[in-house]
Amino acid sequence: MNLRLKIWRQKDARSKGQMVDYKVSEISEHMSFLEMMDVLNEQLINKGDEPVSFDHDCREGICGMCSMYINGEAHGPDRGVTTCQLHMRKFHDGETITIEPFRATAFPVIKDLVVDRSAFDRIQHAGGYISVNTSGNTQDANSIPISKHSADTAMDAAMCIGCGACVASCKNSSAMLFVGAKVSQYALLPQGQVEAADRVKNMIAQMDLEGFGNCTNTGACEVECPKGISLDVIARMNRELLKASI
Amino acid sequence: MSGFFKSSVGRKVAMAISAFFLMIFLLQHLFINTLSVFNPDLFNEVSHFMGTNPLVQFALQPVLIFGVVFHFVMGFILEIKNNKARQVSYAKNNGAANSTWMSRNMIWSGFVILAFIALHFIDFWFPEINTKFIKGDWSGLDDGEFRYYEHLKHKFVNPLRVVAYAVAFVFLGLHLAHGFTSAFQSVGAASLRKKLGNVGTAYAIIIPLGFILIAFFHYFKH
Amino acid sequence: MTLNSKIPQGPLKDKWTDYKNKINLVNPANKRHIDVIVVGTGLAGGSASATLAELGYNVKTFCYQDSPRRAHSIAAQGGINAAKNYQGDGDSTYRLFYDTVKGGDYRSREANVYRLAEVSTNIIDQCVAQGVPFARDYGGLLDNRSFGGVLVSRTFYAKGQTGQQLLLGAYSAMNRQIARGKIEMFNRHEMLDVVLVDGKARGIIARNLVTGEIERHSAHAVVIASGGYGNVYFLSTNAMGSNVTAAWKIHKKGAFFANPCFTQIHPTCIPRSGDYQSKLTLMSESLRNDGRIWVPKRLEDSKAIRDRSKKPTELTEDQRDYFLERRYPAFGNLVPRDVASRAAKERCDAGFGVNATGEAVFLDFASSFERYGKEQAKIQNLINPTKEKIIELGQKIVEAKYGNLFQMYEKIVDENPYKTPMMIYPAVHYTMGGVWVDYNLMTTIPGCYAIGEANFSEHGANRLGASALMQGLADGYFVLPYTIGDYLADDIRTGKISTDTPEFDEAEKSVKDAISFFINNKGTHSVDYYHKKLGKIMWDKCGMSRNEEGLKEAIEEISALRKDFWQNVSVPGSENQFNEELAKAGRVADFLELGELFAKDALQREESAGGHFREEHQTSEGEAKRRKEFQYVSAWEYKGEPKDAVLHKEVLDYENIEVKERSYK
Repeated sequence: MNLRLKIWRQKDARSKGQMVDYKVSEISEHMSFLEMMDVLNEQLINKGDEPVSFDHDCREGICGMCSMYINGEAHGPDRGVTTCQLHMRKFHDGETITIEPFRATAFPVIKDLVVDRSAFDRIQHAGGYISVNTSGNTQDANSIPISKHSADTAMDAAMCIGCGACVASCKNSSAMLFVGAKVSQYALLPQGQVEAADRVKNMIAQMDLEGFGNCTNTGACEVECPKGISLDVIARMNRELLKASI
Repeated sequence: MSGFFKSSVGRKVAMAISAFFLMIFLLQHLFINTLSVFNPDLFNEVSHFMGTNPLVQFALQPVLIFGVVFHFVMGFILEIKNNKARQVSYAKNNGAANSTWMSRNMIWSGFVILAFIALHFIDFWFPEINTKFIKGDWSGLDDGEFRYYEHLKHKFVNPLRVVAYAVAFVFLGLHLAHGFTSAFQSVGAASLRKKLGNVGTAYAIIIPLGFILIAFFHYFKH
Repeated sequence: MTLNSKIPQGPLKDKWTDYKNKINLVNPANKRHIDVIVVGTGLAGGSASATLAELGYNVKTFCYQDSPRRAHSIAAQGGINAAKNYQGDGDSTYRLFYDTVKGGDYRSREANVYRLAEVSTNIIDQCVAQGVPFARDYGGLLDNRSFGGVLVSRTFYAKGQTGQQLLLGAYSAMNRQIARGKIEMFNRHEMLDVVLVDGKARGIIARNLVTGEIERHSAHAVVIASGGYGNVYFLSTNAMGSNVTAAWKIHKKGAFFANPCFTQIHPTCIPRSGDYQSKLTLMSESLRNDGRIWVPKRLEDSKAIRDRSKKPTELTEDQRDYFLERRYPAFGNLVPRDVASRAAKERCDAGFGVNATGEAVFLDFASSFERYGKEQAKIQNLINPTKEKIIELGQKIVEAKYGNLFQMYEKIVDENPYKTPMMIYPAVHYTMGGVWVDYNLMTTIPGCYAIGEANFSEHGANRLGASALMQGLADGYFVLPYTIGDYLADDIRTGKISTDTPEFDEAEKSVKDAISFFINNKGTHSVDYYHKKLGKIMWDKCGMSRNEEGLKEAIEEISALRKDFWQNVSVPGSENQFNEELAKAGRVADFLELGELFAKDALQREESAGGHFREEHQTSEGEAKRRKEFQYVSAWEYKGEPKDAVLHKEVLDYENIEVKERSYK
């Protein structure tokens, strides 16, 4: 199929960017979205132009590196996938596709479609861990039985890949789904209880410091999350903070 | 606890708590208004009680006013902060793909409700305050009769006002359609959010519709 | 130079304990004055960074991704082995050791593998303490599954995302140390050279991938944890950015490169769909627990399926060839990866392939749906359930186990694997070869270590499923942090290493020269053009089966391609900016050298062992034929061009295990 692409081009963090039009042809519907971008870039390089920069790495939907806002949605129109798993069969011949970087003040653009998501790392530094020494002298793994339900629910929260689609889709650029997922994972496990109060306070404080917006429960994050993390994690985080503050 | 209300999550919880209070207020307001349809005398008596009872006047009323002002001011502050969190907007954004119109436009439905409150105050509250606190008349009587029902009837003569009220209540409905369940989510009751989904929808329809029907009733009765 | 593997004396089971008791330690006050550089943040690099920092060293960690959490360990799905024997099915340290050596076709070091099996149990304890949500049974205890090539259930898992959860565990341990200021993290940085001072590794030259700035970083020791080199094939299950550069740069400065030809081809990947393909997607081997692999018995059926005039579900049982069950009745669909991969290739080469490219076989879950469904019907006390009901119940169980894999398959292939069998084909997945290291995990450069997939590892000629995660974490959490002390104990009085020395000047200059060459070359072909050509040579001639003629051709072709690359490569943009093409150019330049050494290594290894299959050396039944005279590690010394590399042999002795013909029949 043949497509028209409108892509955000921005030289570097300081430059002003703009949308630029491109055309690609003979795109197979079995290609992934990023393979279509590869075709465009090969075309640009052969013409002597600079290719479009975009983040990507594993290309199997787990590293969380790819991050485009396609036709007005994070990771494009398909559900439960990252951009690298989005396939061109979701588009039709002759379509115009708008491709922008994830937009949030806390995610400044580095170049073209590449954004800086280190704010997520800093939130994790603030408490996204259990303070256990990596000495090899920990107690036997089966000495703390954990109900299957708790373990499974913790796992559901732990599936977060830190891609930032929640922030990008939220009208308020809120990071609460991301923070809620980490807080929930540890809140659901006995190992996480000891530091639970400090963890939730510190992580939320760092989240606020980074300039993410507030949650207004629109639920956009839950819909766009490639890993299907539920709004429940935000509610649990809110409870955890209440519990920690009283 | 002071740190709590400074955090984004704390403010969100505060919004929810004020919302709960306002939703309860709406319920009792609709109840009293409904009396005006079925039993004007009872309506008058209840109105007089509410207008003169010291507990209502000097405890609940200030709390209500605080609740309204807080909900509005905090909503506005959060909106400004949220706008700052994305300074460059998307060239193409398909919000409808992942969220409801109501949830994305709380600030606008809120503004309409605020405008309505201003009108409502001019219509009812200021005259009441004027009578009670400036003139010092706490009798509730006008020409020897309770004035509340007459006052109400009189206000709904003008079709423009009736339409303005109806439009405002539609927006209140939209605000509540998201706000009701959202408040439960904010205080951490995720399971209630899901269980009360239909209750929320019903509430968001019945409350505004009730107010609208009462306004129409008085307009057409006149 | 002779290779000294420094394996401690004494009985196998006491070696590690005795060694730890006698090793030199650095006292806590002195650790504060010692810096360590770690390159890579996967399971090995992440866990090593965290533990070294916790011990008190100042750690500087580098990764090319935007966050340590994105390292490709995250993509490992199936699980992690540990000799916990929680299932009481006869597992033990010795059995894990035995399975690993046997699975590796007797091409790994006994002492290293035994140590790995020994610390495997600590890993599970550690990860659970860190909050890794491993799967549990209804009693609240840890659940296990079985994996290819073994007869016990010793694999711990977290849905189909075990690698992700373990990596996030290591990342969380790192975060704790970053917050304490003990790890300084350099994201979006790529190591481009190692700096040697007086023959010791004392620092690296790195490029900031955002600004293009070339930076100097010094340390008392350098740890390479940059993963494997599967991307030499262009198409692999590795991440797009996975590269050999860090390992190759140390090789060029004196670290021997061992067994480059030992590459693992994983049997259960989603088949290629066209020439535009940029990478291959793996599906966990655990699928082979419940899926049965088959192709049609008759060629005309395969042809009909290929042109879509027949559906696979239309074929009756007797028209299907369950070739693994037929050839290997004891292990069936659970034979090791190399065996399963070759068997699939053999069927496809014979014309039985089932997709448009002719390179795919079926992985069918129909009988599992039925088996689990019947079981569930019994549990739920259903009387005379319909066949549909049974299938439905069974599908629910399979969904609970592999739901995310099924979903992934459907997203990519656009076919519902609950309705029609999956199609799979082998793909390059893991490289057993890598930088040669001694028992301490130190390379032949003093003070330079290699851990995880980057080293030539404990997996011999073939790695068993769920063992990569085990090795990465064992190296990083429990081995390197001890052994590195032995070396650093001599450095407590060295003081801060200056970066303002001729050695750093020189290394920086050579890095800058290479970069400016790429930018100014203005050639005619993109970097990917060369990478794809290299990949094709590698896959065709150094792939699942190899022969002398092909390998000789590969050496010539790669050498010519490399020459062409250095004349005609085109890199757009400038050096002082975010420039992915520039980063790729450097990586492909190194792959072009490694590829040739790879072929050279495969050529000298005149035997079939594990992932390395030489057509000249097979039994009459087409099975791999090992040769006693090749029971060594081939360690290559860099001497300029890959063709000049010098071979050193580390002979492998087996004192505790009998070298047997590997049979899975």
